[in-house]
Amino acid sequence: MTKWYRENAPITADKLADELMRLKRGSVTRRHFLGVTGLGLATAVLARQPGLFNSAAFADDLGTQMSIATWPNYHDPATFEAFTAATGVAVEVNVFGSNEEMLAKLQAGGTGWDLFVPTNYTISTYVKLGLIDELDMSKLPNYDASTENPRFTNEGIVDGKTYAVPKNWGTTGIAVNSDKIKAPVTSWKEFFDVAMTEADGRAMVHDYQLTTIGNALVSLGYSFNSVKPDELAKAEELLIKVKPHLYAINSDYQPSMRATDAWMTMCWTNDGAQLNRDMPEIQFVLGKDGGEIWSDFYAIPKSAANKAAGYALLNYLMTPENAVKEHIANGAPTTDSRVLKLLPAEVTSNKIVYPDEAALTPLEFGAAVTLTDPGRAELMARFKSA
Amino acid sequence: MQAAMNTKRNLVTAALVAPAAAWLCVFLVLPFIAMLVFAFGERAPEGGYQAAFTFAQFANLPTRAAAFWNTLVLAPAGALLCLLVAYPVAYYLAVKANPRYRLILVSLVVVPFWTSLLVRTYAWMYILGSRGVPNLLAMIGIEDVRMLNTPGAVLLGIVYGYLPLMIMPIYVSLEKLDRRLLEASADLGARPVSTFFGVTLPLSLPGVTTGVALVTILLLGEYLIPQLLGGGKVFFIGNALVDLFLQSRNWPFGSAIAVTLVAVVVVVLMVAMRIAWKVAGTRQVDLV
Repeated sequence: MTKWYRENAPITADKLADELMRLKRGSVTRRHFLGVTGLGLATAVLARQPGLFNSAAFADDLGTQMSIATWPNYHDPATFEAFTAATGVAVEVNVFGSNEEMLAKLQAGGTGWDLFVPTNYTISTYVKLGLIDELDMSKLPNYDASTENPRFTNEGIVDGKTYAVPKNWGTTGIAVNSDKIKAPVTSWKEFFDVAMTEADGRAMVHDYQLTTIGNALVSLGYSFNSVKPDELAKAEELLIKVKPHLYAINSDYQPSMRATDAWMTMCWTNDGAQLNRDMPEIQFVLGKDGGEIWSDFYAIPKSAANKAAGYALLNYLMTPENAVKEHIANGAPTTDSRVLKLLPAEVTSNKIVYPDEAALTPLEFGAAVTLTDPGRAELMARFKSA
Repeated sequence: MQAAMNTKRNLVTAALVAPAAAWLCVFLVLPFIAMLVFAFGERAPEGGYQAAFTFAQFANLPTRAAAFWNTLVLAPAGALLCLLVAYPVAYYLAVKANPRYRLILVSLVVVPFWTSLLVRTYAWMYILGSRGVPNLLAMIGIEDVRMLNTPGAVLLGIVYGYLPLMIMPIYVSLEKLDRRLLEASADLGARPVSTFFGVTLPLSLPGVTTGVALVTILLLGEYLIPQLLGGGKVFFIGNALVDLFLQSRNWPFGSAIAVTLVAVVVVVLMVAMRIAWKVAGTRQVDLV
């Protein structure tokens, strides 16, 4: 009852004026403005949208707060604000730099996360370790398995049971500031060459074994997922040779690229799209010698304290109308054909977000073995402490 | 009668010590025992810990030699640099400053602690980044200066972050300084410089040792500043530990390093205390 009351309470005149000024100053997006003022909701109601607030997922008591673990620059803050406005549940966002770190936190226990965003290659390990729940699909009425692209979604299903549903897919490529770097960078081999020459002191690699070791392996002509000791030894040699020339080892590279402290970085699709949107001189290229293609998922930890809210937010995010806003804000390509239909043409025709099939051919999905292989973990640690 | 009083005194002592002892037992001794047990174990196949008895983790310590070396060099170097900056400030506050404003000036030293070190270190990232100081230098013709993500930036962050911890003990020991000793030194014909090196500095040494030990010990476990201002490239033991627990999930090796670090800290502390006692014991001049 009270929840209904809060949702429908009109915004005060002062707050409306305040929000309008924020919109005019450009400090908030129009979407934020529509969301907080309720004008967006009013539009939605007028358009007779299928009801969000009387769906099954909201029948449970959702509490007042929940927590999500995800990646840097991966959501539209307005999405969480709108969710809070609709349900009264405040969302705390925790940002991580690697799947290994997420796994370590869950293994240690007591994370307090009600929802998190693991990458495809980790899900089988989470299931094996009993760290995530099989999803109760009846609580996710807005998810539709039949509209999902199975190429990106099959790793969420283990032994026929759905443990995770897809957030979006993407690639790991190279972001290059073309104002600063004139040499062509079209492959991981060129990435590491340029990092030691023209981009000396200006290149970044992830603080993440999968991509940093994987791309070093690719540049040497090996598989992105190799765990063969001799191939890893070659990759280590390369990484340690490159290290003194690097600007930083950090998975949160957007601030450095935007400040032009860094000129080139390993980069995920969504960051590439965001950087290129705001600074056209930053280009995003896929390694023609290989690299990673991935999909990220939503899963609910077994230890979640507020599973009801976890499901509610997940269902909210699975609603195509909300997913499309997330997509436009963070730039990662969708796995859901319902969302694809709602996207404006300038997004679907963006070659960073939806590259040609030919560019994807050399890419590999991460393999589960890389997550737990002690050789790769120890290599990364030696590289960082060298 | 005497026995009863003794019992009472013992009870009072026990009551006074109990809270701290319980706290240390639960939050220091027990975790340390767990860590010791882990240090002799093995990494489970998916990461974490599995029971075993092996010295393999300790044998593996040399692979983190660089991190130990960085820590053991940069921690004392940072502490000494801190000392060089802190001593004149503490001297000014304790000896030269107008007593009327002294309290305000001393509180100003502490004010930065009201803001989280994380936030203040982030501010340095912007000051040292391309759009900060290097940008200003470029305006006067000094191009392409790199500051952020260098060992220099880490050292700067350390001095900035730990300065108040160095100033305070030195200030306290200088404030207690008996002015009559300085007058006596002057009366006996010593010049101000030799008074400083012959009287003031030796008498403030306990404060100096406390400050250096305090800052060095905290620096031995430093993680944040090298991570943010060193770009993940300047690696301290603290960073190695975070990686072992959060990336490789190698708890046994992480525990072995942590145990070794604790041993190093204990040795550093004992040496520092020894020096401090020696200095305090031989130099203390009692006028009364």
